Formats: sequence, structure tokens, C-alpha cells
Amino acid sequence: MDVEILSRIQFAFTVAFHYIYPPLSIGIGLIMVVFESMYLRSKKKKYEVLAKFWTKIFAITFGVGVVTGIVMEFEFGTNWATYSRYVGDIFGSALAAEGIFAFALESSALGVLLFGWNRVKPWVHLVATWAVFLGSMFSVVWIVVANSWQQTPAGYHIVGEGMQARAEIVDFWAMVFNPSSVDRLTHVWLGAFLAGTFLILSVHAYYILKGRYVVLSKKAFKITLVVAAICSLAQLFTGHQSAEGVSENQPAKLAAMEGHFEASAPADLYLFGWVDKENQKVTGLKLTGGLSFMLYQDLDEEVTGLNTFPEEDRPSQINAIFQFYHIMVAIGMFLIALSLFALWQWKRGKLFEKKWLLWTFVFTALLPQIANQFGWFTAEMGRQPWVVYGLLRTSDALSKSVQANQVLFSLILFFIVYLVLFLLFVYLMNKKIQNGPNSDIDFDDGSLNKQIAKVVSK
Amino acid sequence: MDTLLGIDYPTWWFLIVGGLFSGYAILDGFDFGAGAWHMFFRKNTSRETALKAIDPTWHCNEVWLVIGGGTLFAGFPVFYGTLFSAMYTPFILFLLFIIFRGISIKFRNMEDMLWWRRMWDWSYSISSIMLAFLLGVVLGNILNGMPLDNNYEYVGRGFFDFLNPFSILVGVTSLALFMMHGAIYLLLKTEGKLYDRIQGFLRKGMAFFIISYIVTTAYGLIYLDHLLVVFEENKVLFIVALLVFLSIANVPRLASKKQYGWAFIFTSITIALLLVVVAFELYPRLLLSNPEIQNSITIYNAAASIKTLKIMMGFVAVGGPLVLLYSYFVYRTFWGKVKLDQQGY
Ligand code: HDD
Ligand code: HEM
Ligand code: HEM
Repeated sequence: MDVEILSRIQFAFTVAFHYIYPPLSIGIGLIMVVFESMYLRSKKKKYEVLAKFWTKIFAITFGVGVVTGIVMEFEFGTNWATYSRYVGDIFGSALAAEGIFAFALESSALGVLLFGWNRVKPWVHLVATWAVFLGSMFSVVWIVVANSWQQTPAGYHIVGEGMQARAEIVDFWAMVFNPSSVDRLTHVWLGAFLAGTFLILSVHAYYILKGRYVVLSKKAFKITLVVAAICSLAQLFTGHQSAEGVSENQPAKLAAMEGHFEASAPADLYLFGWVDKENQKVTGLKLTGGLSFMLYQDLDEEVTGLNTFPEEDRPSQINAIFQFYHIMVAIGMFLIALSLFALWQWKRGKLFEKKWLLWTFVFTALLPQIANQFGWFTAEMGRQPWVVYGLLRTSDALSKSVQANQVLFSLILFFIVYLVLFLLFVYLMNKKIQNGPNSDIDFDDGSLNKQIAKVVSK
Repeated sequence: MDTLLGIDYPTWWFLIVGGLFSGYAILDGFDFGAGAWHMFFRKNTSRETALKAIDPTWHCNEVWLVIGGGTLFAGFPVFYGTLFSAMYTPFILFLLFIIFRGISIKFRNMEDMLWWRRMWDWSYSISSIMLAFLLGVVLGNILNGMPLDNNYEYVGRGFFDFLNPFSILVGVTSLALFMMHGAIYLLLKTEGKLYDRIQGFLRKGMAFFIISYIVTTAYGLIYLDHLLVVFEENKVLFIVALLVFLSIANVPRLASKKQYGWAFIFTSITIALLLVVVAFELYPRLLLSNPEIQNSITIYNAAASIKTLKIMMGFVAVGGPLVLLYSYFVYRTFWGKVKLDQQGY
């Protein structure tokens, strides 16, 4: 295998692994802020217990998120040296802004969040929790801006030629608000909220099913469910915005997402399907003219197809892109359906009576994770063969001085280390969840007698 | 060329990036140093105390690396690409040890089993040692220079290029420096028997540093001609070198009087001054091309556009004070000797 393919595998692997954790931290952070604010307002012990419990889980996800994040910052230099020189002017400043404005806030406040319960006043602690949450929201801003610039470059000009060509900023705000930034940023934020909230729903559904911390969990479940429902609905909207943006700015990607080959013709929308690249055919369940309708509200409007582009300017993994995209959308629809159904059951007073519904929530925690991963795969693989869309090819972006055996060596190392890290993560998460909030007071009314008995027997 | 207060923008940026990396070396330096001593503590409570001394703040220190990396990338993209790809192996190792260091601190106290703690203690200590060493190795290579072609690409080959006598010596010296620095930090955070033990460590650490510093300097002056040339051309360097000498000499003096607060300030100053020497050695070069000197990377051919540098100066002007403010607040919150009974999360 050559350096290019190895470096691509390594980057995709490390960034995808990283991306398991930040969304969880951001989503859990949101709910942590909610619980702690409620505690400060009402002074009710149960909110304090919830806030502290989720802080413990947060500590684990955040810890792994941090250590795996630095890897990519370095990889830009180690594996993509030409790319680094090419985009440094633009990309570097976004990365630096991220460090200065987001990570510094986040990680300083983290010390107070984790160790400060007894050291600072409650309101200072709440400020720290907010700061960690907002810091993580900001860090998304800059990294997504940088990535969006790669997808839809704006506000730059090219200087130099050949190996020494570079993009330089001419208009900073045009660079920041490039055509895809806002749509993608909101989409990524919501994806993170979904990852966190569905994990929280999952854990509390599990407690309810097991008859542990039942009263506490019901409270937490209801609060989180409201947030999750709002986010799933909003996610459909931002996803649609993104799709419209892609059709305008990266038509080859959109065509790959829907398996649309003809150069220019009305396009169908597939609910699911399989793309045969050789014969340029998609088999599956389709809504005729659906894609044209989605994009232009007109069944017969023509959509640019893959054949418009020369072979070397199209993404090569059409079927994979198609599948990733469709699975993400299917998951989005499922999350909407599930959360609305749960709200309806709540209204009927039957939310916690249906065992199957609670079990569904237990397992649904995995779905936003999958959607987040597949969303990025769609966006990044659909961008190929370009690193910077239309400007710099992936194959030109490499470090010229790095050799295949070096990358193979690092890839194997990362693989082993990340495997260990992942197993540890699962082990510790499971343990913290099994231990539960570990509070002396169980808020279950039913067990009040038991508790009194316990106290008396002591 | 555009200037600000008579200094051109690439030079400003050289100073900023240098300042950030000095900050990083001073801050994470004592974390590495503390970690390097970790296995010398015998009792579990000692190890726990030592860990607790850095636990709330190490992450806040590591951010200086992230910011330093970002500003280097933004300010000197050409240098960033060339240095990182040329130093592929040490940087990848550095990343792996950064990962292990972080999770060791986080995970060690999450389980009670003896083997679990042992495992993380080892992993924490080895990672800290290697991180301190690797930072020095990379610095050694920068001082040494490396073969570049006319596209500023590294033309050396091979896994182990980064290891040469000089870079290893610089690596050992930086480990020693951080161990001295870290021991002093631990003295500020501990009391009782543990405090007494660490005083012993500090004496060894100072000896280790002074010896390795002398050997490295001697080797550099004998074998690396270009370092000497700069010295002869730039007389200011003599003054800086004298300051380095004075500040190093001050550390044992203060330590013998048990004025560890001041000693800590002087190890920090030593780290900063040593990097000032490096800065003088390099400026205006960032990476010497050896042997073809005309391919060297300088702050001018490596810099981003002036416009970007200006924008980024704005970021630093607004963000820098904020970062310092957060750090101040965190350190103030966790000021004073470590008490083991206080539970974290
Ligand atoms: C959706 C948001 C998101 C995305 C797309 C990425 N990250 Fe990330 N990253 C975060 C959101 C985040 C975070 C939530 O903000 C983290 C997790 C823990 C933390 O400190 O910040 C983080 C950590 C983190 C750190 C460690 C910061 C520290 O020590 O405090 C670095 C250096 C990066 N990331 C860099 C990257 C790079 C280079 C990425 C792209 C290739 C990337 N991240 C994708
Ligand atoms: C965090 C979530 C992300 C995921 C899961 C992700 C996923 C991927 C995948 C799957 C690839 C490989 C594509 C291929 O080789 O076909 C890739 C490549 C790449 N991505 Fe991303 N990506 C993410 C974020 C980012 C961000 C935020 C940036 C930069 C700002 C970025 C920049 C790149 C670069 C430089 C490559 C390597 C060159 C290339 O193959 O295009 N990615 N990513
Ligand atoms: C509900 C229907 C959804 C639609 C129509 C949709 C649409 C899209 C589109 C078109 C893109 C590509 C954007 C680009 O390449 O610039 C994308 C990317 C992405 N999606 Fe979705 N999505 C949906 C649901 C979800 C869900 C539920 C999640 C996660 C919980 C998610 C997470 C992501 C992520 C992380 C990306 C990559 C970042 C980006 O490019 O914005 N999506 N989505």
C-alpha cells in the first residue's frame, strides 16, 4: 500500500475515533447545565445528584476526547505537509482561534467543574459548568468552519505556483461564513446534542427497567426527552438545508449521495437502494422525481448527475456514499418518530408503562453515534478526490518526505492504542453506570420504608 | 514591509509562537517532571498526593501545546509541514505518550485493584519521561538543522534519522531540567515525610541537570560549528548566556535555603532563557538546511500572509489575556498543599 492510502486510512480512523467522544461531551454538557441550573434554583437534592452523576460520566468522555483530539492537529503536519502549507493561512488561523478561544476556556473551567464542588461557591461552580459547555460549543465552531472552507472555499486567493502554491485570506468574514459553514455548524451541533441526550435517555430508561433510582430517573428522562425531541426535529431541518447547499456547491457530491448518474435529468429520491456503479443503475425503493421536488419543489426540474463530471473529478465510492447518507437520514427519521411517540405516551400518562419502549430507548443510544459517523463519511468521501474542493487533490496533499513504512507503523500503533482505549472506555462507562448515582438517598417513594429500616438498623 | 512598533509581522509572530512554547515548556514541564519522579515514590498515598498535585491543572497546561501548535500552523505553515513530516516518528510517539499520560491520570483512581494502579503508575511515569525527552529531541534536531530541498521538503530518509548524539543529549537535558522543575513544584504542593523525600530528589535532579547541561553545551560548541558562528556574530548572546548561568546557579542556592517558591520562579526563568538562546541561534531562520544553506526555512519564506498574521495578532491580543485570566483563576482555586481527603468527582 502506498503512503496516500495509508495516510487516508490513518486520518479517517483517528478522526472518526475522536468523533465518538466530543459529541457525547457536548450533549451531556448541555443536560448537565440544565440539571445544575435547576439545582441552584430549586435547591432540590435530586437535581444535585443528577448533575454530579452525569459529571462523572462526562469526565470519562471528555478525557478520551481530549487525548485523541491533539492527534489530528499534529497529523495535518506529519501526514499532510503539502496540504498544511497550502491551507495554513486559512486553516491554521481557525485552528489557532479554536485553541485560544475555546479549548483554553473549556479546559481551565474543567478543573473547577471536576474538582471544585467543595472549593468554590455553588454559583461559581455553575459558571464553570456553563464555561465548559460553551467552550465545547465554540470549539466545534472553528473546526467546522475550517472543514467547511475545505468543502466550499471562499474569501481567498491563490498565490505561487506548483509545489509552492498557497491559498491566502483576502476576506476573513467571507472565509468564516463560507457557503456551507452555517448549515453544517448547526447540523453538527444538533448531532452532538442528539448523541448526548440519547445516551442519557438510554441510561435512565435502563434504571427504570431495573427498578433502580426510579423516581430520579423518571424526572431525568422527562427533562431530557423534551430536549431530544426538539433536537431531532430541528436536525431534519438543518439536514435539509445542508442538502440544498450541497446541490448548489458540490453537485458531484449530491449526485453520489443519491446515485444520480445521468448528466442532467429529473432525479428520484431513494428511501433505500443499492448502487451498481458499472452499469450506472440504482435498485431500490424510490419516489419518482422526489429529489427534484426536494431541491426545487418541482418534480421535473433537472438535477446535475455524475456523468457531467470527468471521471477524475468524481468521488469513486458511490455506493458507500449512498449508503452512509441514507442510513443517516433513516436514523434521523427514526429518532423523530421515537421521540414524538414517547411524548405522546407521556401525555397519555403511559410513558413508563411500556417495557418495549424503554428497551428501545436503551439501545437507541447507538443510533446518533452511527448517524454522526456516517454523516462525516458522506461529507468527506463525497468531497473526494479533492482535499480542498476544486483546488487541491488529495493525492497532491501528502507529505513528500514520509515513507509508507513509517505510516504503516504509526497506523498499527494507533490501532492498538485506540483499541485498548475503547475497551477501557466501555469498561469504565459500564462500571459508572452500574454503580449509578450512588446517592445515600434513593428518591423512590416506595422504598422510603426500606430506607428508614436501613437507618434504624444501623 | 509592514511593521508594528518598528518590528515586522513575521518577527512578531516568531516572538508570539516562541512565547507560547516557552509557556508550554514551563507549565507542562513541571507536570512531566512530577511524572518522571512518580515511580520513585514507594507508598500509594505518596503517589496519590503527587498525582493530585497536578490533576486539576495539567489539562489547562496542555492547552498551551494546542494553542502553540495552532499558532505555529497559522503563522508559519511551511515550517509546520516540513518540521512535522520530517520528524514523523518522534511526533507520532509524542502523540501516543500524550494519550497515555492523559488517560493514566484520569483512569488511575477509578479502580481499586493493585495491578490496575501499578499499571497506570508505570504508564504515567514512562509517558512523562518520554514526553520530556522527545520535546528535547525535536529541539535538538531543529538546532542541528536538516537536509532540505528547494521546495523546503525534508530529503533525509528513515525511521531513526531523528536520533543523533546531539538530539539525544538535548533530550536528556530537557528531561533533567523538567525533573528539577517538577520536583520543586511538588515541594510546593506537599508536606511532611513526602516533602522530605522530595528534597532529596531535588538534590539529585539538580546534579543531573547541571551535568547534562554542561555535556550538551560542550558537545554543541565542539561539533556544531554553525551554533558557534552565531555566538561570534551576535554579542548579545553572551549576555543571555551569562543570565542563563546565573539563573541556573540561583536554583541550588535558593533550594538550600528552602525558598522553593523562588526556586520555582528561577527554574521557570531558566527554561525561558534557554529558549531565548535557541531563538537567538535561529532568528531569522526557523530551520537550517544542512548542507544546502540556501534552502533554509526562514520566518519570511515560511510565514502566512501579512493579512492573516494581523488577524491572528488580534486573536492573540484579545484571547491571550483571557487565557491568562482563566489560568490564574484555576491556579488560585487549587492553591496550596494537597489534602488527600478532599474528594474530586
Ligand atoms: C463536533 C465537534 C468537533 C470536531 C468536528 C472535532 N473536534 Fe476536536 N474536540 C472537540 C470537538 C470537535 C471538543 C468537544 O471540543 C473536544 C473534546 C474534549 C475537548 O477538550 O474538546 C475536542 C478536543 C480536541 C483537542 C484537544 C483540546 C484540549 O486539549 O483541550 C484537539 C487538539 C482537537 N479536538 C482537534 C480537532 C481536530 C484537528 C479535528 C478535525 C479534524 C477535530 N478536533 C474534530
Ligand atoms: C470529526 C469528524 C470527522 C470525521 C468522522 C471525518 C471523516 C473522514 C473520513 C472518513 C475521511 C477519509 C475520506 C476518504 O479517504 O475517502 C476523512 C479525510 C479527511 N478529512 Fe475528515 N472527518 C471529520 C472531520 C474533519 C475535519 C473537521 C477536518 C478538517 C477541518 C477534516 C479534514 C480531513 C482531511 C484533511 C482528510 C484527509 C484527506 C482526505 O482524504 O480528504 N475532517 N475524514
Ligand atoms: C434527518 C435527516 C437528515 C438529513 C436530511 C441530513 C443531511 C445531511 C447532509 C446533506 C449532509 C452533508 C453535508 C455536506 O456534505 O456538506 C450531512 C452531514 C452530516 N450529518 Fe446529517 N442529515 C440528517 C440527519 C442526521 C442525524 C440524525 C445526525 C446525527 C445525529 C446527522 C449527523 C451528520 C453529521 C455529523 C454530518 C457531517 C457534518 C456535515 O457535513 O454537516 N445527520 N447530513
